[in-house]
Amino acid sequence: METILAVVIGVLYATGIYMMLRRSLVKLIIGLSLLSNGANLLIFTVGRLTRARAPFVPEGADALQPPYADPLPQALILTAIVISFGVLGFVVVLFHRAYQTVGTDDLDEMKATDT
Amino acid sequence: MISGGIIVCVLSGFMLALLAPWLYRVGRRATAWILALLPFIQLMYFVSLAGPIARGEVFVFSSPWVPGLKINLSFYLDGLSLLFALLISGIGTLVVIYAGGYLAGHHQLGRFYAYLFMFMASMLGAVLANNVITLFVFWELTSLSSYVLIGFDHEREIARRAALQALLVTGVGGLALLAGLLLLGQVGGSLELSTLLNQGEVVRAHHLYLPILLLILAGAFTKSAQFPFHFWLPSAMEAPTPVSAYLHSATMVKAGVYLLARLGPVLGGSDAWHYLVTLAGAVTMLVGAALALFQTDLKRLLAYSTVSALGILTLLIGLDTALSIQAAMVFLLAHAFYKGALFLVAGAVDHETGTRDVTQLGGLRHVMPITAVAACLAALSMAGLPPLLGFISKELLYEAKLQAPRAAPLITGAGVLANVLLVAVAGIVGVRPFFRERMATPKNPHEAPLSLWLGPVILAGLGFIIGLLPNTLAGPLVSPAVTAVRAEPSEVTLALWHGLNPVLLLSVLTLASGMGVYLGQGVVRRATSRLEPIAQWGPARWYDVALEGLNALARIQTRLLQSGYLRYYLLMIIGATVGLTTYTLAARGGFPRPDGATDVRFYEGGVAALISLAAVAAVRARSRLAAVAALGVVGYGVALVYVLFGAPDLAMTQVLIESLTVILLVLVFYHLPRFASLSTQRARYRDVLVAVAAGGVMAALVLAATSIRFHPPISDYFAEKSLVQAHGRNVVNVILVDFRGMDTLGEITVLALAGIGAYALLKLRLERKESG
Repeated sequence: METILAVVIGVLYATGIYMMLRRSLVKLIIGLSLLSNGANLLIFTVGRLTRARAPFVPEGADALQPPYADPLPQALILTAIVISFGVLGFVVVLFHRAYQTVGTDDLDEMKATDT
Repeated sequence: MISGGIIVCVLSGFMLALLAPWLYRVGRRATAWILALLPFIQLMYFVSLAGPIARGEVFVFSSPWVPGLKINLSFYLDGLSLLFALLISGIGTLVVIYAGGYLAGHHQLGRFYAYLFMFMASMLGAVLANNVITLFVFWELTSLSSYVLIGFDHEREIARRAALQALLVTGVGGLALLAGLLLLGQVGGSLELSTLLNQGEVVRAHHLYLPILLLILAGAFTKSAQFPFHFWLPSAMEAPTPVSAYLHSATMVKAGVYLLARLGPVLGGSDAWHYLVTLAGAVTMLVGAALALFQTDLKRLLAYSTVSALGILTLLIGLDTALSIQAAMVFLLAHAFYKGALFLVAGAVDHETGTRDVTQLGGLRHVMPITAVAACLAALSMAGLPPLLGFISKELLYEAKLQAPRAAPLITGAGVLANVLLVAVAGIVGVRPFFRERMATPKNPHEAPLSLWLGPVILAGLGFIIGLLPNTLAGPLVSPAVTAVRAEPSEVTLALWHGLNPVLLLSVLTLASGMGVYLGQGVVRRATSRLEPIAQWGPARWYDVALEGLNALARIQTRLLQSGYLRYYLLMIIGATVGLTTYTLAARGGFPRPDGATDVRFYEGGVAALISLAAVAAVRARSRLAAVAALGVVGYGVALVYVLFGAPDLAMTQVLIESLTVILLVLVFYHLPRFASLSTQRARYRDVLVAVAAGGVMAALVLAATSIRFHPPISDYFAEKSLVQAHGRNVVNVILVDFRGMDTLGEITVLALAGIGAYALLKLRLERKESG
């Protein structure tokens, strides 16, 4: 399964990077979103896949019973998902604002600080 | 107890530098006299130590600075350091008083005092330092304070240029010096000079000896303006005259000479040392003296003659005989007195007449009698006439050169030639402006005020008095200095009269020829003016070319790397990552073999296919909404992966966030323009190539990472302690809010900042400047 997910991660990275290399601001945002999904999936896969139970201590036990999914990558990804949403929200507003001010979404026309 | 005074001496200068501007605001005209008290007290302190040091004592003070790196704030006072410390504090006293008169009324005089004291303290630190790193720090501080002092008149471009030139030349040398000192410390096994001084045998036998020597010489030669680095010194004459007299004649430029003398016992005694130092000194001596003759500006005349004097000192240290070191120490003293006096006289003349052009000056003895006496005494000392200190020093000089271990006739010949030229320069600078007939000058001259003639009179007077009583006054200073440099007890006997011998003959010859050159200066200048085009291609030009080259290189690399286009930055980053990762994977044999995808359930494969197809669809979408929809599919697909592999928390969050993202994007994209085809076909192919390569590398990286496990997962700890210690069954949540609670706090902070930023952007009303 790792092989398949590795390919999926590769596709997400490739599409994300391709979109970030475009001149349009809107496409840049889409690229950013694809890339963060790819990165999250990468951490998840590298942290080992287990089709087992969630890392949840069952009633009556006082520790996780193997086999269990590794909780640490999950904690990392949880943080990453939320942060990337924060970044995305900020970027979207920033670009919206820039578009309002500059009147274009072509990055090539945003090279000078003067409007 | 006494040695604690050393650090007080050094640090008090820095303190006073901080206070000086404020003191000037309060004290105004009297400030100079008050400020001069500090160097004067320091002078008294060092004088009081002269007795013990003459008896063979040394003072060491040490306090840890960066103990982990073996760097101590340690000081070492022996005969050599004492000689320099006396010059620094003594001439410093006079220069501070002089500056008060010379720059009276200047609106930035307070700042000038601050710079001057910063220099004074740094210079004292440099010659007193025991730890080589301490030495280096103070060494660089002198370069820095020299920079601000040369550029003190910062509204003139030429002053700024000269300041930068001096800083760059000495700065590059300083870097070489640092490398040399660190190597020396490693080879010698200590960073303390007092220990290194006994390691001469070890250092000279080491295979790193030559690199150490070359690096340290580069530092010393740039600082002491040795050929071909001499050009910064005449340019530095843009500084106010007190600075030229103090830094660029009496003290700072001699730091290189000090370093050579100081490290003589460690690095000296080898052939490489002998040839390099002697040759550099000899060439500098001749070039400086020759170039001096063609100047008409008083200060530039003095500057080139200073270059020549520095060459003489270097040459003497290179010869490395008991006699040559003796001559060097006496010459150091004599030169500081006469050249300091002449510089101060030049400043006073400039101050009173408004010009420094020797061709426009004459007959000043009638209007400036006191200055004239000081100038003549100093000039006669420079020319080497008895009974002045300059005479004694020149006698010693010739004696040392005649007894040079190698090529004595050549060295003596060069020495005589240089001295002949210097005699002429002494006449031009110190005698001619005061004799001849009166000439009209821009300002109507009067006798300079007390503050301006006090310095020259004392310095020139010292040259005279010491000349009369050399053994009583100079002996106790010079003997310990020679002892320190030679690393063996030395007794110096100085006398005016050595009897009729070849040395005296050379002196007479020098004087006679010097007079000849002085009188025939016009002829000489005309004859050699043809050489001027060659001089234009001198080292100053190399400096310009090197600087231009550096700027051009900076422009090229900026143009290459700083294109201003986001995608080129991205391309560069991605390209570098892909290249380096591929190389590392290939070099380490990390490319994994796929496991054949045997262990896949059909629905898992379906989800993977769904994500991939949706991602490609997002790229190929023609409308914004379709792209956002495809993006949503990618997100929900990823959430499914989380569900399938035991991460329900992640799946929940992902679904929630993905929904929010889609809503946000739909809302905002509504206000953004439609997709447009902006890139060219070629750019697209290039980007596809880069993107696919990056995707491939990431996929390979994932496979490589999953096929190796370096050490056991740290999650076992969380698995075990989650319930017991943190009382939570959901281990992921416990990690987030308990074990790594601070990280989560950071995450919340980031979110809050993003929220505030977005809010501010939305509320921001850009004020359009109404340009009517």
